[in-house]
Amino acid sequence: MEEYKGITGSEALIRALLAEDVDTIFGYPGGAIMPVFDKLYDFQQELRHILVRHEQGAVHAAQGYARACGRTGVVIVTSGPGATNVITGVADAMIDSTPLVVISGQVPANLLGTDAFQETDVVGITLPITKWSYQVRRPEDIAWAVARAFYIAGTGRPGPVVLDFTKTAQVGKIDFKYEKCSFIRSYTPIPTISEEKLNEAAELINKAKKPFMVYGQGVTLSHAEAELKAFLDKTGIPAAATLLGLSALPSDYKHYKGMLGMHGNIGPNVKTNECDVLIAIGMRFDDRVTGDVNKYARQAKIIHIDIDAAEIGKIIPVDVGILGDAKEVLTRLLPKVEQKEYNDWEDEFDKCAIVERARVIEYEVNPEKGDINMGEVIRCVSIVSHSDAIVVTDVGQNQMMGARYSTFAQTRSMITSGGLGTMGFGLPAAIGAKIACPERAVCFFSGDGGVQMSIQEFGTIMQEHCGVKIIILNNNWLGNVRQWQQMFFEERYSQTRMTNPDFMKISEAYGFKHRRVTRREDLKSAVVEMLADNDSPFVLEVCVIEDGMVFPMIPPGKGVTEIMLNAKEWF
Amino acid sequence: MEQETLFTVNVYSENQVGLLNQISIIFTRRNLNIWSLSVSASAIEGVHKFTIACRTTRRNIDAVVKQIEKRIDVLKAFYYTDDEIVYQEVALYKVQTDNILDSPDFEALIRRHNAQILEINRTFAVIQKTGQYSDTQMLYEDLNQYGVLQFARSGRVAITKSTIERVNQFLEMQERRELELNR
Repeated sequence: MEEYKGITGSEALIRALLAEDVDTIFGYPGGAIMPVFDKLYDFQQELRHILVRHEQGAVHAAQGYARACGRTGVVIVTSGPGATNVITGVADAMIDSTPLVVISGQVPANLLGTDAFQETDVVGITLPITKWSYQVRRPEDIAWAVARAFYIAGTGRPGPVVLDFTKTAQVGKIDFKYEKCSFIRSYTPIPTISEEKLNEAAELINKAKKPFMVYGQGVTLSHAEAELKAFLDKTGIPAAATLLGLSALPSDYKHYKGMLGMHGNIGPNVKTNECDVLIAIGMRFDDRVTGDVNKYARQAKIIHIDIDAAEIGKIIPVDVGILGDAKEVLTRLLPKVEQKEYNDWEDEFDKCAIVERARVIEYEVNPEKGDINMGEVIRCVSIVSHSDAIVVTDVGQNQMMGARYSTFAQTRSMITSGGLGTMGFGLPAAIGAKIACPERAVCFFSGDGGVQMSIQEFGTIMQEHCGVKIIILNNNWLGNVRQWQQMFFEERYSQTRMTNPDFMKISEAYGFKHRRVTRREDLKSAVVEMLADNDSPFVLEVCVIEDGMVFPMIPPGKGVTEIMLNAKEWF
Repeated sequence: MEQETLFTVNVYSENQVGLLNQISIIFTRRNLNIWSLSVSASAIEGVHKFTIACRTTRRNIDAVVKQIEKRIDVLKAFYYTDDEIVYQEVALYKVQTDNILDSPDFEALIRRHNAQILEINRTFAVIQKTGQYSDTQMLYEDLNQYGVLQFARSGRVAITKSTIERVNQFLEMQERRELELNR
């Protein structure tokens, strides 16, 4: 790489970003980051800056971008409130393993610790919610810090990195030469896989009568979709996804049995407690997946494959823990496992699916009368988009319905806030996803609550001509909390009723095409209209049933076999 | 309920600002009380060593140590039970000179405890004792008949009884990895 003599730290930062092949950044200017924004003015051809309407929007957009295309999302904000406004997204990226580099301005180094204007201890605040956070005090440290930031964010189990950039580092002059980081002594992103553990796992798998594979986002993050499919093709093992694992396998794949967890499919949950070998890969046994851990897969031998040593044995004691990258583990495991079929065992999943279809799904997606259900909207969008859209959800009933009733044909098609459950995540994440993959349809499902948590980002969509399809499932309630109040809090609907604005007028104000659907017979034509032009934003408000509920449901604290089919009946 | 044990955690890290904070918040998150803590440079140049004593379950300490090791600037972290290590603490005691000067038993007490007098002047004396918690505590109780003005006890420092030095092995392995990468 070329050397630049006597450039400012701000220019050095931008040249470092370019050296990391960054072409899109999400940000918002302010006092302590102005030298960087000033320099951005000279690089408008090379770097597309997306001006959001609130810093939380910037970080969620960067998350959506990273999740859609796999590249590290980059955020630039100012100090103090700029930095604290990104905290939710940073925490979200940490728990959902999303690669981000967040650059926040900071007061000049000589003012640090003095309660200067817009000073916050950003490193202190972000330590527990980042993979790494570092304060750049001198321009001489920029190349080193940025190179490390990208290396750390994007390798191993990905995650967010925060660089707290003092004004001193931004304005100081240096001779700059950039070198990418490929080694840190104290950090081993890709652990060496133990051959012995592989053999132990293969032996368990080959002897299994009822093996079951559960997989998470680790498969997507390590680009192991094809290897997973090859493994399942050969072994004939049925598999189910966590919420973040969705779309790693196509929905119509023969060994794919559905989603795990609280609102997951019945088969995968029930069979977790009947399998004899449970193979978990790239997932972390979140409590929304396991329910009561004391009743989780006690009968099974457990093989846990993960790249993060801290995950193995954290929640569920394992019989074989394989530390390694999912793609590499699956590749090396493949020749060791036997070609098999488990037709009877797979039939058991399919029997559960038949019950679920008759008792839950039909009511949700094919009702003949009454108000429109959330599930039928989602299913309609999946059908019209030929399962090919990137589905982004907010958090709540829209999310669970989106996860349950969307179908996927390709990977990286489900973007949702899993671990943190951040309302307001969806709209900016959809913007980021659309910017990452403009050729694909991006369908964002939201409730009336969540969309209003980030509704200011309509401005970003307008300014960037971003063709996001916004589907507001409006029931005038905070539906998921309302559901819990109905089921577990004696129908005491505390603070869940929403009085909402006219979403059509808001859409009009931003110049978006829009349509409101209140009758079932208009739904399909509205979805067709929405998806007709991939490049323009569209707001589709669907007035849905007020007291709709997401089922099946494993109530909190229950085991994975304790499933409610509706508010009264158990499976 | 799994039994709680006193574990000694050894953390080896790069010498970076904020490391102590990074490590301590991992205990805080799980509401674990750090029983004693000692931080210093290790025998390896540029490597810092933290010795942390914490009473909890084996399952918990295992998870905590893995989460500590996950921090980017941490090289390695290990945990031990008391039988796997040699460990000591140092305690200092300040007593009034008048109270000990005419005591016939004082000298015998110091000898019996294998303690040292570091400083003595007209007003006070400073006594030092190295040993384990119970040893330094016992001396405190014995000295208290003379009135202890000040008492300070360090965190424990510990050395493993193991015949292999795992940190050195790790660093050698990483050196080889770096060489291979640069080739």
